[in-house]
Amino acid sequence: MSTELNKNDINSKVLPTGEDLGGARQEFNITVYTENQIGLLNRIAIIFTRRKINIDSLNTSPSEIESIHRFNIVITETEEVVRKVCRQIEKQVEVLKVYYHTNADIIWQEMALYKVPADVIAEKASVERLLRENGARAVVIRKDYIVFETTGHREETDNLISVLQPFGLIEFVRSARIAIIKDSDGFNRKLREFEQEQPGEDVNENEYLNQGQKVFTM
Amino acid sequence: MEVAQQDVLTAPEENAGIELSGSAALLEALLVEGVDTIFGYPGGAIMPIYDALYDYKEKLNHILVRHEQGGIHAGQGYARSSGKVGVVFATSGPGATNLVTGLADAQIDSTPLVCITGQVFAHLLGTDAFQETDVINITTPVTKWNYQVTDANEIPEAIAKAFYIARTGRPGPVLIDITKNAQIQKFNFKGYTPCNHIRSYRPKPIVRTQFIEQAAQLINEAKKPFILWGQGVLLGSAEQEFKAFVEKSGIPAAWTILGAGAIPTDHPLNVGMLGMHGNYGPNVLTNDCDVLIAIGMRFDDRVTGRLDKYAKQAKVIHLDIDPAEIDKNVKTHVPVWGDCKETLPLLTELVEAKQHTEWLAKFNEFTRQEVEAVIDAELHPTSGEMTMGEVVDQLNNLTNGNAIIVTDVGQHQMVGCRYAKFNKTRSNITSGGLGTMGFALPAAIGAKFGAQESTVVAIIGDGGFQMTLQELGTIMQSGVEVKIIILNNRFLGMVRQWQELFNERRYSFVDIQSPDFVQVAKGYGIAGKCIKEREDLQSSLKEMLDHKGSFLLEVFVTKENNVFPMVPQGCSVSEIRLK
Repeated sequence: MSTELNKNDINSKVLPTGEDLGGARQEFNITVYTENQIGLLNRIAIIFTRRKINIDSLNTSPSEIESIHRFNIVITETEEVVRKVCRQIEKQVEVLKVYYHTNADIIWQEMALYKVPADVIAEKASVERLLRENGARAVVIRKDYIVFETTGHREETDNLISVLQPFGLIEFVRSARIAIIKDSDGFNRKLREFEQEQPGEDVNENEYLNQGQKVFTM
Repeated sequence: MEVAQQDVLTAPEENAGIELSGSAALLEALLVEGVDTIFGYPGGAIMPIYDALYDYKEKLNHILVRHEQGGIHAGQGYARSSGKVGVVFATSGPGATNLVTGLADAQIDSTPLVCITGQVFAHLLGTDAFQETDVINITTPVTKWNYQVTDANEIPEAIAKAFYIARTGRPGPVLIDITKNAQIQKFNFKGYTPCNHIRSYRPKPIVRTQFIEQAAQLINEAKKPFILWGQGVLLGSAEQEFKAFVEKSGIPAAWTILGAGAIPTDHPLNVGMLGMHGNYGPNVLTNDCDVLIAIGMRFDDRVTGRLDKYAKQAKVIHLDIDPAEIDKNVKTHVPVWGDCKETLPLLTELVEAKQHTEWLAKFNEFTRQEVEAVIDAELHPTSGEMTMGEVVDQLNNLTNGNAIIVTDVGQHQMVGCRYAKFNKTRSNITSGGLGTMGFALPAAIGAKFGAQESTVVAIIGDGGFQMTLQELGTIMQSGVEVKIIILNNRFLGMVRQWQELFNERRYSFVDIQSPDFVQVAKGYGIAGKCIKEREDLQSSLKEMLDHKGSFLLEVFVTKENNVFPMVPQGCSVSEIRLK
């Protein structure tokens, strides 16, 4: 299931038939292409906080196009809420485009760092095995501590916390989620459309049209 | 220093430029944008702009208000009556924070404004400097766009974008915060080019004919179609297009309070006002129609009542320029994105010319019931104290619906919007979405500047008037002609009504005392009169309208009248009560 607001292929979205669009709360990944503008982060963040929606994860980064910024935002909400929020984000002057996807539609990673006492690692062979099993990699090795890094899904990075906890985990930090959209062919073509003075063939989607419960066939 | 308009308009790239301060460049930009009136209040951080303004007094009419909130409401009134962008100046810190209520009001009511605030020197940002506030972050939720300028070179582009964003698409307020150093800084001004494209900003969604065809088909098959229109018709200057659509399709049409006046009150297909205190028929029949055609309105909760019982039987067609409005509150079957000035003619062409005589008769029958149960007693009482409705009715008789009516917020607002006659577009000015008490007096001042040829009558309650009455000083100094009617019921009437109906008459802090308003007006050199008897009403209204200059007429009205009909909170529109 993937949705791009204003997308051409509005009927490509497969929603469970007969189910209200609202549906169950689940993780949604919101990708926002924006101009690089001071204050825009706040403008986007308050769209969530105004509706008392917790942002599970937020990452800003450059995109494939110079000068275009990309936000990756993760929230746990119903699709109906996500769609309304996305429209409000897209309404902001410096936002070019907003997409939202379920976890199944994206390739995503989060990175985590773990600082553990060096002596424990040196002494306990079992720890070495656990680290190996969890795909951890040493980033820094010092006399007093070692910093490991893993990259993966939430369960994977979480798992290593519980593994390392008994061995005196000193510090832990995890990055925001970054995600690549499986069926996206990038933003270049879209950007060219935006640079035209006349709007392109953008289509705003609508629940009834998307659901296939069309009042009229298109 | 002034720059000849021709110089300014020459293409920037062929122009060697001229050395100007940021402040002068700002004022040049305003002139190119066609600004004639600015509402403002000076202060430390905006002094360089005011210094430059001293040389532009002939070209830019600056109205010195008495409080920045008054300034921004005046800007709103100006924008609403003229259809142009309202321009407001304020200083940093408290000057800027005093704008916030007006920004929120303009944001929710889609009023185009460009507010310029002074800011402390750039090197002092973030140091808790004197009169420093984080204006950008404070105003972000209540502006369509805002931007801080810290270098004079940015001023022409920032102002160009500000005007473009404020007036295009769904209009809204824009705030530009200019640090003092940028106001002072001399730079090479290469002329001002208005903005007409921002790549990340799509003011108008593309018009898609297949949706218009679908909408037309639904309308043509409908037996009981019903039009709801809002301010979008006015904002899009689509009154003619709208009238043509209504008249060809023969569909009864009802308005939100911000939509009032798009077609005249007495148009045979204008069936009245929507919402909590709207007319009986439009509310009840919303839940009876088969196709609901919403045009430039946003299904506010005061219009829809309980959403899960709102027009569930109807197919909904929604015409709106703002894609985020589609499906926001009411699910739409046929979304018609676009500017209604473009979409309505396309729709009109495809709809069949019809007359829905029987269906329209149903509305008229509800009107008859409402007249009998509510309107007659409100407009034509024969005994007891005066009612708000009869004041508005008598006013209609004298203005014949040609005045601009500015209302504040509360019972008198509902009565004013229900009963005032509007012959012209842009003649009902009120704070709709935000419900800002204190809006009317300053907005009326601005409305008069925006429509000099019109009579502007502000109808205000005794509570709301006391929130911004300092603007009588603005009237005194500018000499603007505003007719003020205070409907004094010695109560904060709407809250009292709710306390009576829903809180067992526990009148908690709604008993408000007022000064002698006529004396207050007199202190400002404004003529006034206070009346308590019905026999004085007509002659006093006439005296007020005939008076050269502003006039304050205080009318004592009955203390505990309620506004009916009413859709109680949490009820469906069809559960509207007549008493």
